[in-house]
Amino acid sequence: MEQGTGNREQGGAPPLLEVRGLRVSVDDNEILQGLDLTVNAGEVHAIMGPNGSGKSTLANVIAGRPGYTVTGGEVLFEGRSVLAMPADERARAGVFLALQYPIELPGIRNREFLRTALDAIRESRGEAKIAIRDFNKLLEAKAQELGFEADMLKRNVNEGFSGGEKKRNEVLQLAVLEPKLALLDETDSGLDIDALKIVSEGVNRFRGPNKAIVLVTHYQRILNYITPDVVHVLIGGRIVRSGGRELALELESRGYDWLRDEVGQPA
Amino acid sequence: MVAQKQPQTISRTSDLDSDYKWGFVTDIEMDTIPKGINEGIVRLISSKKGEPEWMTEWRLKAYRYWLKLEYKAPRWAKVSFPDIDYQDLYYYAAPKSQEDGPKSLDEVDPELVEAFNKLGIPLEEQKKLTGVAVDAVFDSVSVATTFQKQLEEAGVIFCPISEAIQKHPEIVRKYLGSVVPYTDNFFATLNSAVFSDGTFCYVPPGVRCPMELMTYFRINSEGTGQFERTLIVADKGSYVSYLEGCTAPMRKTNQLHAAVVELIALDDAEIKYSTLQNWYPGDKDGVGGVYNFVTKRGKCLGKNSKISWTQVETGSAITWKYPSCILQGDNSVGEFYSVALVNNHQQADTGTKMIHIGKNTKSTIIAKGISAGKGQGTYRGLVRINPSAEGARNFTRCDSLLIGPNCGAHTVPYIEVKNPSAHLEHEATTSRVSEDQLFYLMSRGVPEEDAQYMIINGFCKGVFAELPFEFAMEASQLLKVSLEGTVG
Repeated sequence: MEQGTGNREQGGAPPLLEVRGLRVSVDDNEILQGLDLTVNAGEVHAIMGPNGSGKSTLANVIAGRPGYTVTGGEVLFEGRSVLAMPADERARAGVFLALQYPIELPGIRNREFLRTALDAIRESRGEAKIAIRDFNKLLEAKAQELGFEADMLKRNVNEGFSGGEKKRNEVLQLAVLEPKLALLDETDSGLDIDALKIVSEGVNRFRGPNKAIVLVTHYQRILNYITPDVVHVLIGGRIVRSGGRELALELESRGYDWLRDEVGQPA
Repeated sequence: MVAQKQPQTISRTSDLDSDYKWGFVTDIEMDTIPKGINEGIVRLISSKKGEPEWMTEWRLKAYRYWLKLEYKAPRWAKVSFPDIDYQDLYYYAAPKSQEDGPKSLDEVDPELVEAFNKLGIPLEEQKKLTGVAVDAVFDSVSVATTFQKQLEEAGVIFCPISEAIQKHPEIVRKYLGSVVPYTDNFFATLNSAVFSDGTFCYVPPGVRCPMELMTYFRINSEGTGQFERTLIVADKGSYVSYLEGCTAPMRKTNQLHAAVVELIALDDAEIKYSTLQNWYPGDKDGVGGVYNFVTKRGKCLGKNSKISWTQVETGSAITWKYPSCILQGDNSVGEFYSVALVNNHQQADTGTKMIHIGKNTKSTIIAKGISAGKGQGTYRGLVRINPSAEGARNFTRCDSLLIGPNCGAHTVPYIEVKNPSAHLEHEATTSRVSEDQLFYLMSRGVPEEDAQYMIINGFCKGVFAELPFEFAMEASQLLKVSLEGTVG
């Protein structure tokens, strides 16, 4: 495994996320072909790669989205295998996926959606439900940080939202639910520069010593705002190269072909 | 349980026929009259109520008309049921506690109150918390009427229709059958002949009814057909909101329910009528359950009047129900908001008729159907624009949600437009709970079953929003109970 991070296991605690030899198929096409990835608490990892390389598949499989067949390997979260767990259980354990294409939920208000989710997570931790007044305070503070109009909280989840609003809404959920691991699936795509800044600031506020971020992206642009500890390149269903921030810049200027050539993958 | 005593046949009433004489009824001690229907039974019901002759005659006219229909119930709806033996039904049953006529809840049999409580309808609490006046109909006879005083002060008459026939004959006589004539349809005709009791409400000119009026209907005695008759008249410039909740305990044999509801709104008046219907739907194999053949119709008689129907139908083995509006007054408005859920072997054929007669009349139809298990749900609706209805408008939206592979959703909209200035819109969708929506909610930590209910609730939101708040909460709870075991 080539991982450029120095922050390895400390005091015997397992890494926050460990993916070992993961093989995933969709409709008999093998998308991930033995992928390894270790993410420790406190780290930010960027996963880059060309279209169709399996970046989104990786994020979705970790979050437990149906439609993918895991044919081999393991996904461990805090040392526990999660592959048999349904998505809601993983979420309550601390896994969060910001979707590439957030879903519209007709008739379900943003506010109600977030409170139900937060209460479900709190309940699983043995905590009491959040008082409505406390929740409203929390939500409004987080929403303000992300430049939300108050009326967006009253609207149905993502219904009639612009692309940028949907992405910001994902980051709002991240901020309110406070998971341990945030998987951001192309959260930067479709954002103009102002929105990108707001979203990046939101993600940066989330960073902390007990949390980790896996950022799936096409472009290194977002990495100007969110500095990764490790950059991985995913080609042909495997991580073919890992490095620091400079790797992303190199990809930006040179594209992916040189890497494909190096690892012997067809373009 | 109260009112559980077995129905008994009185030997002497078997002699009843059209030669029935007044006063004979005093010989009868039991509260259930014998099975079957004939002129004697119709007269007996009428005399038990101490009705005036015009009422008896009206019933008899209906009965004689019904006989001509040769026991042939309408079969055009997409529901299947065996032929009903109308001579094998009881047409009248009164709970024992009615004998002394309780004046307040305190006088009501505590077991009766408990029965309501078991159904999640704490009368006491409802009274205190919501300030709703409750006219509880228990097996056809009203046993508790509350808040009479405040209503009286406002001039609102809210009482059992049997009482209204005695005390306010001029209003009843003027409007009874004016929206649903006794010749209207098989079940309405039967109801006209044998209706047991029901609710009457009259709101005088310019009065805004100071509280939401509420009636709970319940079918209790086995094999008792229940024939409610409701009449609501909103005089000029008045407003009334009426809530009707329906529950029935578990029964093995099918029970016929054929109610008639008539609403009349005069100039500038508004009536809002909300129903929560969760009668026994039968068991998982489709055994038992209520047959609900109901005729509900409102007439916007006056200018600028408005009638709004909101219904949440989750119960009954068969639902056959089309709350409709006759938009006769110019600028009058009709609305129909409906959620109809079928599960297991339930069948529902429900919708509305909007008949535009007056100028610039407007109607809105929002119908949401949810089908689960082997349930079959049909929306059937008619929008008719008469030649006189210059500038009429209608908006219709029908959405169906399917849960599981064995259910059905059907939509049968009829549109008849006879005035070229009319403006109509019709939208319809059929969908399933999407896997993406489910995943999205679950990926935020919401358990699958809760996620399903949230999506289903969201689907019904536009209709629930039309219900009074407490009713909306109850409605969404009802959906959950009705879908138990089918989702997740």
